[in-house]
Amino acid sequence: MSATSYSVRHHTYLDSVFLMRLAKSLETMPGVVDVAALMATPANKQMLRDAGFSGVDVDAAAPDDLVVGVSASTAVQAQEAIAELDHLLSPQAAVETIQRVRTWGEVSTALPRANLAVISVPGEFAAAEIESALDRGMHVFCFSSNVEARDEIRLKGLAHSRGLLLMGPDCGTSIIGGKGIGFSNAVRRGPVGIVGGSGTGIQAVSCLLHAAGSGVSHALGTGSRDASDDVGGVATIDALNALIADAGTRVIVLVSKAPGESTRMRLASLIATSPKPVVTCYLGAAGAGAAATLDDAAAQALARLGGAQATPNGSGPPSAVTHIEGRALGLFAGGSLLLEARGVMEQAGIAPSRFEFVDMGSEELTRGRPHPMIDSRFRADRIAKAGEDASVAAILLDVVLGRGAAGDPAGDLVPAIREATARASGQGRSLLVVVAVCGTEEDPQVRSRQEGKLRDAGVTLVPTNARAAAFVAEALR
Amino acid sequence: MTIADLLREGPIAVSVGVRDFARDLKDQQVDVVEIDWRPPRPADAEMQRLLEKLL
Repeated sequence: MSATSYSVRHHTYLDSVFLMRLAKSLETMPGVVDVAALMATPANKQMLRDAGFSGVDVDAAAPDDLVVGVSASTAVQAQEAIAELDHLLSPQAAVETIQRVRTWGEVSTALPRANLAVISVPGEFAAAEIESALDRGMHVFCFSSNVEARDEIRLKGLAHSRGLLLMGPDCGTSIIGGKGIGFSNAVRRGPVGIVGGSGTGIQAVSCLLHAAGSGVSHALGTGSRDASDDVGGVATIDALNALIADAGTRVIVLVSKAPGESTRMRLASLIATSPKPVVTCYLGAAGAGAAATLDDAAAQALARLGGAQATPNGSGPPSAVTHIEGRALGLFAGGSLLLEARGVMEQAGIAPSRFEFVDMGSEELTRGRPHPMIDSRFRADRIAKAGEDASVAAILLDVVLGRGAAGDPAGDLVPAIREATARASGQGRSLLVVVAVCGTEEDPQVRSRQEGKLRDAGVTLVPTNARAAAFVAEALR
Repeated sequence: MTIADLLREGPIAVSVGVRDFARDLKDQQVDVVEIDWRPPRPADAEMQRLLEKLL
């Protein structure tokens, strides 16, 4: 039996990452079972009611009101957690040195040379902010997802007509002049430019280039929908043209989910006339691009530079593959990494019934909760539960490092991995857990430290996502 | 400000939304200001719709 308590804070808007940290802090308090920290949008209010946090205050709350609900073993513990909110939300708790302004109009005074807007408000509000930025002559990186397709089409047309680049919506990663925006890894500058609608694809390729001693001139994200025929690859084509003209770029990698047919044709004709080599990697479309995997894409780019083949960092793959019965469960934080892994399984001829891959970062699974690259809790629950599923013989995971990602993603997953392994073992089964870490030694999380934690938990480490999938495919044969 | 200008000069940024993104830029020595964004209250949104109709 548990008790609940909740608090509504009026006019207290906090972003989703801050809310996730708030919830995590409260969850560590004595007796606390569950915490919901959400802005009171209509959808979130329904989630709160479903979770048992209902009341007149919650019903009346507006979208810029914060609602925090706590479920704890006793009423006193729930109230103590709510009381802790005052401390966590106090101005002293945050030390900020970044100048804040209230309106777009004030930006021209505060930072007159601003050339890029980074927009990460909830999707329903993003189009208005994008337009405000474009109206001020700024390029845009829009991380927000759930933006209407018709808004994206209109705004990309507007940006293009003004010579501006609209990266996104749903753009995870860019690196411009060595500066990472959104989710990005610490990679050296170099001669390879990357364009793509695949955030984790860009991250993986940039890390592979870095590991091989090369680097990235610029990486320009375009948003997950850009290469669809509805949008027509507007940002992809503008970005490709920019890199073709860029003196610091010698080879270009284009990494994307499968483009629409007419967009693919347009891209093909641009690439055919490009004076610089362009390596295409279209994930989820076997045979459509020059490279079948991100590993191939990086290797081909390096070959075009006349350098050595890509040699991914980290430990080498295990030499012996043990055959397993049952099926593999892939729980991916990166949607593109899932597509890459699925392609490897299909290429290896593994029957669809032998593997189930879940995109934990999909729009359906991130509604009301942060992305799994930021917050591992939901994925950790799925991992732990998988230990009880007798049909699951292997778990395949990606762990993505870099700026923007969780501070210790491996550490967040290790307890769940240990629990899953113990549960399987309790049923007299062994469970193979295979992980590929995407990141560099220079990333804030430090790749070798993350790999060390996973290795200590009995995980089989494989240097890249494609090779991890190939390893699991081999075990399933 | 063309795309070539952006690539040559590097980002000088306005961040609207997740505060970590602004901090990450600042940590990389990128000049950045934040807009203190909050969702419009329903009454504001209604007023906005009315204004758009009138103008």
